[in-house]
Amino acid sequence: MATEADERELRAHFEETVAADRRVEPRDWMPEAYRATLVRQIAQHAHSEIIGMQPEGDWITRAPSLRRKAILWAKVQDEAGHGLYLYGAAETLGADRDDLTRRLLEGRQKYSSIFNYPAATFADVGVIGWLVDGAAICNQVPLCRSSYGPYARAMVRVCKEESFHQRQGYELLWTMARGTAAQREMVQDAVDRWWWPSLMMFGPPDAASPNSRRSMAWRIKRHSNDELRQRFVDMTVPQADRLGVTLPDPELRWNEERGHHDFGTPDFAELARVIGGDGPCNAERVARRTAAHEDGAWVREAAVAHAQRRARRTDDSGVAR
Amino acid sequence: MNGTEGVDGGWPLFEVFVRGKRGLNHVHVGSLRAADARMALTHARDLYTRRNEGVSIWVVRSADVTASAPDERDPFFAPSGDKVYRHPTFYEIPDDVPHI
Ligand SMILES: [Fe+2]
Ligand SMILES: [Fe+2]
Repeated sequence: MATEADERELRAHFEETVAADRRVEPRDWMPEAYRATLVRQIAQHAHSEIIGMQPEGDWITRAPSLRRKAILWAKVQDEAGHGLYLYGAAETLGADRDDLTRRLLEGRQKYSSIFNYPAATFADVGVIGWLVDGAAICNQVPLCRSSYGPYARAMVRVCKEESFHQRQGYELLWTMARGTAAQREMVQDAVDRWWWPSLMMFGPPDAASPNSRRSMAWRIKRHSNDELRQRFVDMTVPQADRLGVTLPDPELRWNEERGHHDFGTPDFAELARVIGGDGPCNAERVARRTAAHEDGAWVREAAVAHAQRRARRTDDSGVAR
Repeated sequence: MNGTEGVDGGWPLFEVFVRGKRGLNHVHVGSLRAADARMALTHARDLYTRRNEGVSIWVVRSADVTASAPDERDPFFAPSGDKVYRHPTFYEIPDDVPHI
């Protein structure tokens, strides 16, 4: 049992590590609230990657060419990988994989609201890559310098892979934009539907995000929600211009004085509703994940039985026969 | 690394080490769950080397890793802290002595 003086010293050492921009590693002492915040954030992030496979996964068999199928397949597989890197990072904090899965299925842990919107047409696949992965990149690049080592390292890996995701989306839209009038219409329609939900991916406005100040002090987060949202808008506007689509915001314009774009306010009431479970696809997403988990139970059990049988057959030299 | 074997008879945790290319050491890249070491290897291939990141993989059960205490200030590393004479810069040699 640590005495109070011990704990004071440990806490001081922790604060000093974080303030000096060094990394906190799994077996270091850390405040319980720091650990709990990280587990919540990393789990939510992992769940988002896993649930995030669904909107695009629906299009793998319907993508219009073998090339597009292969690309989409690889992209969705990457998202599964991201989920697994992140579950691994959460486990270094003492979280248990099965428990995290159960919490997701029971609705006790959240995932990003964006994946509760449907991917209605193939243009949505492009817009998801461009805007949704684009927003994710904005959020994730600063997390590569997060104070918790395993999280930061997982994010480095994720970010390397994300740039392919965004580029394949933009390329898809670029191709459609040079196609027929109907295809251009599809692109614009998809942009109209995904623009605002993408802006909501950065979370509530800073004034309504009380935990984010503490996360920033602990350097789990490096920028505020509003800063990241602004950065995303500034990055995206010229890309939209080049593509020839209109972002559906009448208030969007360049502000010379600020050196940034002004833009309208996302419907944060809608964000709260979707997070609260009342989005277009919440029930469907969780039901699908639950079915996949339950349908896969026999595979997990068979693998364990097989491993046990193999272990029994292993001789003293450790070589499996 | 925390020897958790998972509840409900779940798959054990493995640590994964990848050799990026010949001539380099294996480096720890993360962890994963698998029913046994053989499955851990194939999962590690799919999870950590989707883009030619490796030419060789080691997996080891997390429960089998013995680790030193976490903090670098720990007295465990104290023996090397006060032995400056183990470093070449400890020795003063005239500037005009060549190749040393
Ligand atoms: Fe991802
Ligand atoms: Fe992605």
